[in-house]
Amino acid sequence: MTLTFEDLQQIAKIEKDKQEGIKYQINVCVAAGCLSCQSGVVKESLEREVNRRGLENWTRVKGVGCLGLCAVGPLLYLEPDGVYYQGVQVSDVSEILDSLGGSPVSRLDCSSHLPFFKRQQKIVLENCGKVDPESIEDYIAEGGYQALYTALRAMTPNEVIDDVATSGLRGRGGAGFPTGLKWTAVSKAFNKTKFVICNADEGDPGAFMDRSVLESDPHRVIEGMAIAGAAVGATNGFIYVRAEYPLAVRRLRHAIAQAERLGVLGKNVFNTTFDFEIKVRLGAGAFVCGEETALIASIEGRRGTPRPRPPFPAEFGLWGFPTLINNVETFANIPPIIRNGGDWFAEIGTEKSKGTKVFALAGRVNNTGLIEVPMGTPLRDIVFDIGGGIPENRRFKAVQTGGPSGGCIPEQFLDMPVDYESLAKVGSIMGSGGLIIMDETSCMVDVAKFFMEFCMSESCGKCVPCRVGTTQIYNLLSSITNGTGKSADIPNLEELCDLVKNTSLCGLGQTSPNPVMSTLRYFRDEYEAHIHDKTCPAGACNCGGSKEAK
Amino acid sequence: MTEQRLHPRGKPLRTDVNPVRLLMCKIDGKDISAREDETILSVARQNGINIPTLCHLDGLSERGACRLCIVEVKGAPRLLPSCVTLVRQDMEVTTNSERVTAYRRKILELLFTERNHVCSVCVSNGQCELQALSVELGMSHVHFDYIYPRHSIDATHSRFSVDHNRCVLCARCIRVCDEVEGAHVMDVMGRGITAKVITDLSQPWGDSETCTGCGKCVHVCPTGALSEKGKSVAEMTKRRQFLPYLQLMRKEGQK
Ligand SMILES: Cc1cc2nc3c(=O)[nH]c(=O)nc-3n(C[C@H](O)[C@H](O)[C@H](O)COP(=O)(O)O)c2cc1C
Ligand code: SF4
Ligand code: SF4
Ligand code: FES
Repeated sequence: MTLTFEDLQQIAKIEKDKQEGIKYQINVCVAAGCLSCQSGVVKESLEREVNRRGLENWTRVKGVGCLGLCAVGPLLYLEPDGVYYQGVQVSDVSEILDSLGGSPVSRLDCSSHLPFFKRQQKIVLENCGKVDPESIEDYIAEGGYQALYTALRAMTPNEVIDDVATSGLRGRGGAGFPTGLKWTAVSKAFNKTKFVICNADEGDPGAFMDRSVLESDPHRVIEGMAIAGAAVGATNGFIYVRAEYPLAVRRLRHAIAQAERLGVLGKNVFNTTFDFEIKVRLGAGAFVCGEETALIASIEGRRGTPRPRPPFPAEFGLWGFPTLINNVETFANIPPIIRNGGDWFAEIGTEKSKGTKVFALAGRVNNTGLIEVPMGTPLRDIVFDIGGGIPENRRFKAVQTGGPSGGCIPEQFLDMPVDYESLAKVGSIMGSGGLIIMDETSCMVDVAKFFMEFCMSESCGKCVPCRVGTTQIYNLLSSITNGTGKSADIPNLEELCDLVKNTSLCGLGQTSPNPVMSTLRYFRDEYEAHIHDKTCPAGACNCGGSKEAK
Repeated sequence: MTEQRLHPRGKPLRTDVNPVRLLMCKIDGKDISAREDETILSVARQNGINIPTLCHLDGLSERGACRLCIVEVKGAPRLLPSCVTLVRQDMEVTTNSERVTAYRRKILELLFTERNHVCSVCVSNGQCELQALSVELGMSHVHFDYIYPRHSIDATHSRFSVDHNRCVLCARCIRVCDEVEGAHVMDVMGRGITAKVITDLSQPWGDSETCTGCGKCVHVCPTGALSEKGKSVAEMTKRRQFLPYLQLMRKEGQK
């Protein structure tokens, strides 16, 4: 079966007609965060109550993707009133239904968090909180799969790649490699067989951007991959998801099945010669399997360890064939770019970092959750406006970006715009988008130790500097935090960091010293206090020495 | 008639422009000619320039893991492992700058801190590549702390034994067993500092049903980790001549 553009519009129309006459729509977040605090039960109870009261003709209860403010879930969003409710329980259901059309239930109102919602600009997350992640029709009603149609029927592959290049989109998986450049390389590679891989391994501690996108809007990623396949000449795609994301896996599989049933995946998509198939592959949760060459080895069924590059996957990837590998968020940006044009995207953001970026706000900040802001938004706005500042009026100390590969940015850089270059300048990286806020009670040595422990245990053990170096650095940090540090430890740390950074085989080792180097750069006094005065200025470590000493 | 040049993937390459197949490059200031499919390491060695290596062994696939063979290439943002980097036209390589030799020495130090390498009681004393490297690089002492986790020794095999305390995880044994003997008895288990070479599915070597007992692994092992039974301190000499010979015979056989 092949789908035509008319079919697509017909599906959208039927879906829109269904909403005809609906006066109130109650969107219940059914992404992992809210589901874990029983939003599924709340949704069922709302549905039951609506039916019992006979309101179903003009009140609709709908499960939607992540609304962002995960800390105070379960979250509800009422249309057309534009009201957000937080912490909704089953016992609140009848009160909510009573209030429809009247004044909102003030007890549940989330309006104190309003800047959180207002300051964001959503492209990747535009459908999150809006469409039902389990319904392809709902996605199509919001204009879904039109970009794929345009890419296949109205554009040549080179025009698609040009558009992506014009947009200035850079890879959201961490390194920020220009996406257009990567696509061109793969499209030029010799070979009839090529692959597209979506990297959904997301192993950084505290990061859940990709997870939310997959759980809230899986079709967007599928559409992005299909467009990529058409542009570079690939007919097979793989999505590599970690098995720890069961909901994302289930929704992806469901979405792929729906897409195959409608014919937006499969043979002769939209009556063209383009065939495209997507398979899901599960990762066992090793951080290093997010590294592209290790990921490819893992899909091939081998031990997930990186190999030296070049050759890059664009030339020699999955089973030796040219392979395009991009992050979930990168693919999620593709449909809107094709729909609105590369120029539209290039208007957003800064000179060298275009578009928006999704961040997972975590740590000592009032509004933890998922946000999307234009590139170049000052850190201060993210922490204090969107994040709502530090709880209990404590003092801001630093923000950690980029997870175990990133650095800690101190207060003096709060007005810095968040983009690839600025972050690199202060010794951190954009990474995949984790933002951890720390206040005066966080010990920076302890933070560095936490990330180094992560890198040490996630190192694949292949190359010597990373395997042994990260262990050595971790041991030094341990002894500093437990009060047995020596003054020679700081120069030794610096020496080891430099070695591991410059001689390791893959990105894991090369970036693992960043948390240590950046805290040594901005918070050296804390290291010295631990070593010389045997005290932890933040009061987080037990420097008594005897207790924790090994 | 000239033979048509093929891209590795089978498509003919144009030869009307830039038909690079033999090229000129510079290593340590010396002008050198090379073939496009040669690595920096092999070209350097042909020209009498020595680059220290550990995981590399002629006749096995490259692994690029020990990082001792790193060199500086002009214009490259990072140091590159010479065993897996192909030469290019006009490439300028420095193999022995102060920076890379200092890094090599420190990497070697890390290896010595990782496991137990007390040479005086080792079967390979005097015949060990790790020992030779430390002499070559002038690594006289270790200024990082020793880690020394206690590892096991497996002496269940009738002719060989493995002492994991001496293993540097170069994976030569794994590769020779897989690529040359074709048995793939060994592999790595675990990650990071806990990584370990295992036989079969982490079973005692003596119980292995896949091991053919050929002993190739023992002879490619750079240290005293793998040895023949009955050898005492400093008695374990390794014989590797079979490797290039076997590879040559296979190439001839393919013709
Ligand atoms: C240790 C390590 C872990 C990584 N983990 C991820 C990951 O979880 N998700 C991801 O998209 N990219 C990850 N990357 C980056 C990938 O190697 C690769 O650059 C990326 O998927 C390319 O996609 P992009 O161009 O869209 O960013 C990781 C890299 C390293 C070195
Ligand atoms: S840097 Fe670390 S993770 Fe990467 S190959 Fe080396 S040991 Fe493995
Ligand atoms: S046993 Fe020997 S050859 Fe095998 S990995 Fe260890 S050091 Fe290398
Ligand atoms: S010899 Fe090149 S990395 Fe080991």
